[in-house]
Amino acid sequence: MKVKASYLPYLLILPAFAYLMFFVGYPLIQALYLAFTENGAFSLATVNRTISDPRFWDALKYTIGLAAVIVPTQVGLALVLALVMNRAFKGKDLALYALIIPLTISDVAAGLIWYAMLSPSGFLNKLFLNIGLINNPVYFFGYQFRHMEFLAIVLAELWRATAIVFVIILAGLQMISPEYLEAAEVFGADYWTKLRKIVIPLLKPSIQSALIIRTLFAMQVFGIVWILAGRDIPILAGEGFYQLTEIKDYGVASIYALTIAALSIVLGAMYIKFMKAEYLEVKE
Amino acid sequence: MNEKTKFMLKQIAFYTFVFTVVAWIVVPLIVVALYAFSSKLDYYDPSKIIPFHYTKQWVYTLLFTLRALDAIKNSIIVAVLTIIISFALGIPAGYAIAKFIFPAKDTIKLSIVALRMFPIPVMAIPLVVLYIRLNLIDTLLGVALAHTAMALPFVVLITSSIFAGVSTELEEAAMVFGLTRLGAFLRITLPLALPGLAAAAMFTFVMSWNEVFVASVLTLQHRTLPAQILSIMAGASGGAAPDYYKFAAAFIMMLPAMLFIFFARKYLITMWGITLK
Repeated sequence: MKVKASYLPYLLILPAFAYLMFFVGYPLIQALYLAFTENGAFSLATVNRTISDPRFWDALKYTIGLAAVIVPTQVGLALVLALVMNRAFKGKDLALYALIIPLTISDVAAGLIWYAMLSPSGFLNKLFLNIGLINNPVYFFGYQFRHMEFLAIVLAELWRATAIVFVIILAGLQMISPEYLEAAEVFGADYWTKLRKIVIPLLKPSIQSALIIRTLFAMQVFGIVWILAGRDIPILAGEGFYQLTEIKDYGVASIYALTIAALSIVLGAMYIKFMKAEYLEVKE
Repeated sequence: MNEKTKFMLKQIAFYTFVFTVVAWIVVPLIVVALYAFSSKLDYYDPSKIIPFHYTKQWVYTLLFTLRALDAIKNSIIVAVLTIIISFALGIPAGYAIAKFIFPAKDTIKLSIVALRMFPIPVMAIPLVVLYIRLNLIDTLLGVALAHTAMALPFVVLITSSIFAGVSTELEEAAMVFGLTRLGAFLRITLPLALPGLAAAAMFTFVMSWNEVFVASVLTLQHRTLPAQILSIMAGASGGAAPDYYKFAAAFIMMLPAMLFIFFARKYLITMWGITLK
């Protein structure tokens, strides 16, 4: 039995809610003010200054491009991992434990770790040189190797954040009642049929949720790119950071922030819409 | 091929797959830990995949000359402040969501879930203007307040699921025997929830410890570790710092996370399950 009380729960929630509202509401209003006013009057000068800079469009392009390459790969990879790992085997706990490690490693550290793997004197280059797979080190870093920097970021992000998707999908897999699968077996379904007709459809909410969460976080990617590529690969958060800390142009920085916010709100709205649907479904 | 060999082959394929995946995650960690202590000659020697000569020089220089030790202290202060503030605000809210039925509960819960998604850079950039006005710029409290905003939705969601796991009957029994609601909470529910809360505190610590954007934007002299590292290493292309300092930095940064995993492994999957659903 839960306790019914009229005002106590609201009182308990209020401080946290007010705090969050302030830290979300104030920056948004301040950003709008910085972006759309000049000397106290409405002005589009800052907006024009931002959108006339090709780096803004590059940043938008690269941020979305990175997400478009990384997120689907992560979901695919995590799906395969979760399907394979979702059964009892010797050493399962240890394997799960290892897979979860990157969840606790920061993006800056992950960037540096992959620098150790990919630098000209890094592990992979030396390994492949020694087993004779390559004759000269493969260069990943530096402006002239920007495509390789892009690849390095993708590799590091896959390593760092696939675990998050994996956890979500594994949780979804464990919620699927074995009765469905047993019933399918009774009717003679093989592994692939079960996968296609039962597991994947039932996993759809988890996959959707993982997709949206990862895309949302991909919009604000910063540390890993900043460490591995600096401004060679411009991204929204990085350019905003640069405008703020180096140029001290708060208006332009705010527009970068608002662009990230706009992308996130669209994705977030999708997320809530779908969360709500799922929530009501369960309730009925 | 009979059934038995088929089964054997399947088992071998399965374990090869699992082994490859685990190696993919673990090898980079081992490599960076070894390279952090590698001598300069061994690192630049193409024939030595794994260094043979080790030195503590890079970690020492990073800690003392490049002020990483101060940054570590700052990081710890910020993380602890974040835990204190976010728990003070988050525990009552989490408790209310777990133990009460009230109108608009679903809406409130959903908006907290949504607030968790609010992008950090969007919060940090305009906050600079406010912080300059309030003299909070370049202070550890300022960073902790922003980190609290980042961690609070997670704290509310995690604590509410922890409190939901503590039986309401015990609390009601205590109240029957004369304790007030607050007394029952402090003496019954809180102690029972303590292990979960400790894990949640570690989770919050790691979140704050790892956060780089807010910390870099809001501080100049009083940098947290990731912010300090970022300002030393920024842009591998720029080659700001020699490689071995980068590895030493990565090694120092990942240590607390490893400890966290070790102590909180029991709660790990559940916790990320809650926060990422």
